Amino acid sequence: MALVESIKPSGTAAGDAQGKPFLLINNLIKDFGDNRVVNNVSVAINKGEIFALLGSSGCGKSTLLRMLAGFETPTSGEILLDGKDIAGDAPYHRPINMMFQSYALFPHLTVWDNIAFGLRREGIARDEIADRVEKMLGLVQLTNYGNRKPHQLSGGQQQRVALARSLAKRPQLLLLDEPLAALDKKLRERTQLELVNIIEQVGVTCVMVTHDQEEAMTMASRIAVMSAGKILQIGKPNDVYETPNCRFVADFIGSVNMFNGTVEVDEPDHVIVKTPECSHYIGHGITGTKGMAVSVAVRPEKICVSLEKPDQEYNYVQGEVIELAYLGSYTVYHLKLAGGNVIKASVGNTMRHGAFHPKWGDKLFAFWDDDAMVVLTQ
Amino acid sequence: MKKFSKPGWLSGRTAVIGLPYFWLTLCSLLPFLIVLKISFGEMDASGPFGSLVSFIDGALAIKIKLTNYMYLAMDDLYIIAYLNSIKYAAMTTLFCLFIGYPFAYFMARADQSKRAVLMMLVMLPFWTSFLLRIYAWKGMLANNGVINNFLMSVGAIDTPVHMMNTEFSLMIGMVYSYLPFMILPLFTNLAKLDVRFIEAAADLGSTPWSTFWRVTVPLSKSGIIAGSMLVFIPCVGEFVIPDLLGGPSTIMIGHVMWDEFFSNVDWPMASTVTVVVILGVLIPMGILNKYQSEDEQKL
Repeated sequence: MALVESIKPSGTAAGDAQGKPFLLINNLIKDFGDNRVVNNVSVAINKGEIFALLGSSGCGKSTLLRMLAGFETPTSGEILLDGKDIAGDAPYHRPINMMFQSYALFPHLTVWDNIAFGLRREGIARDEIADRVEKMLGLVQLTNYGNRKPHQLSGGQQQRVALARSLAKRPQLLLLDEPLAALDKKLRERTQLELVNIIEQVGVTCVMVTHDQEEAMTMASRIAVMSAGKILQIGKPNDVYETPNCRFVADFIGSVNMFNGTVEVDEPDHVIVKTPECSHYIGHGITGTKGMAVSVAVRPEKICVSLEKPDQEYNYVQGEVIELAYLGSYTVYHLKLAGGNVIKASVGNTMRHGAFHPKWGDKLFAFWDDDAMVVLTQ
Repeated sequence: MKKFSKPGWLSGRTAVIGLPYFWLTLCSLLPFLIVLKISFGEMDASGPFGSLVSFIDGALAIKIKLTNYMYLAMDDLYIIAYLNSIKYAAMTTLFCLFIGYPFAYFMARADQSKRAVLMMLVMLPFWTSFLLRIYAWKGMLANNGVINNFLMSVGAIDTPVHMMNTEFSLMIGMVYSYLPFMILPLFTNLAKLDVRFIEAAADLGSTPWSTFWRVTVPLSKSGIIAGSMLVFIPCVGEFVIPDLLGGPSTIMIGHVMWDEFFSNVDWPMASTVTVVVILGVLIPMGILNKYQSEDEQKL
């Protein structure tokens, strides 16, 4: 994640958008019969940004993307691309190209003709088309594959042809529909960065749809988490992960331990939340009041474990190891607490032969810092 | 490791594969060979066709007469009838394609509940005898038929328009009868066509018209070929429709065959005509088939 962050152009992240957004979606609604699939969505996307719509299947992200492409007409709301409302335009009149899930490469055309398809429809001169197709083939490193038919290519190659085809017309906006879902895991990880590199070389604004949070976090500069047709949170990958704004987002992105309780002490610089398992001392103020029902979310990797009772008054629990998953680079401990709740702690295996080897049935203390958790009010 | 025994000569596997071949041999190959044999013979006193093998005075003689084939190649009547057959079959195929393609496309794009109704409408004519339906057209197209009577009663025409026993009536009958055979394979093909290809084309700036010609039609090529073969091949040998709706100018090879067989009672000649028709249809069909199966592998 950090690697990609560093090669991204600055000034594209949330909050520091200067001037007008490039793509503005205002109060967009889409109904299928009585079913409201996209519910009042508003997003502002900046030029050059890679923006991910993340959500589980049926959350409305694909419908939203299809409205951007023009395959669905919004029930109401507007889509402004560079200040112009395109919500009513036909797909073939929009300066937008899409890379389809499982690519939709034309099986009767060669790779070359697939890439040239969009250019030919524009009535561009023959030499210019040849020139641009060759450039595209070079960009996706398929220079010698022009004469092949799509069925003669591997999945990864097909994906690159699909990318080349959608970039050939130099669209103002590129849409990616589950761009890597059809590839196997190893190839997917490599392709994520490759794809980001190419998109950034071209400098096109990009909206992608994915259900894979890792993909969204690796590739996107900002993520919108969607559920039931609504956008719950928009932010940079680390913002969405470290400061989720609601229980759903905290739970959907990564894994999380949730403690439900009430606010006991509410001071500007700290709060104390009392839950059945323990008292949480949170080292910052919250927008809540004393007695309010809240959830305290702690990520497993922010939890430390030890056999001895930690030297702190708050933020620790004791539990029995009921599950222990050794995953190579880290180990996940499932601790059953006195009240019956199970929490997860992942501990990095930094030492090859450490002295610390908890076993099933061991009583362990789990503890964390006063800035490790997030208080969620909704 | 368990050893798999090699399937024996009379295993279930060979029986399953062998059964269709058995029927094909019995119902197609054998009759064809009999017809082929008759075509090399000649009429003689003992019956409508003679034997190829004779055993006279201790000499075994096999006589293969090619006279009929030579006669066929030289007589205008046969050549014109062949050409007519091919012409009308080709015209029928084209008309069926032009009428059937939009219909099949519409059917494939309609939603599931409508599809069933449309499919029923295509099949509906099969519930009535083919012969009756052709007679019905006779009643419609005749000089004192339904159409002429209607046009005269509304005053559009004064004298009946002559439609029966012309190319026009022949084409009406042929296209009407063979249209379902074009629509059904086209429908199956177009229903399988992935909408994403059409969306991808639109996304790349292709108008619906251009998408149709550059994506939909090429991708439905195998359906077009299948439908065209199903219409063209039986049309070449069609006998009933030209007999009932056609006229003297539209003589087709099926009619010639019938004449040779029943009027002239010249079985060898009738067989010769048949063999040439079969070969003439089999060869292009084989070529198309090969081309199509190669194409199918690519998709």
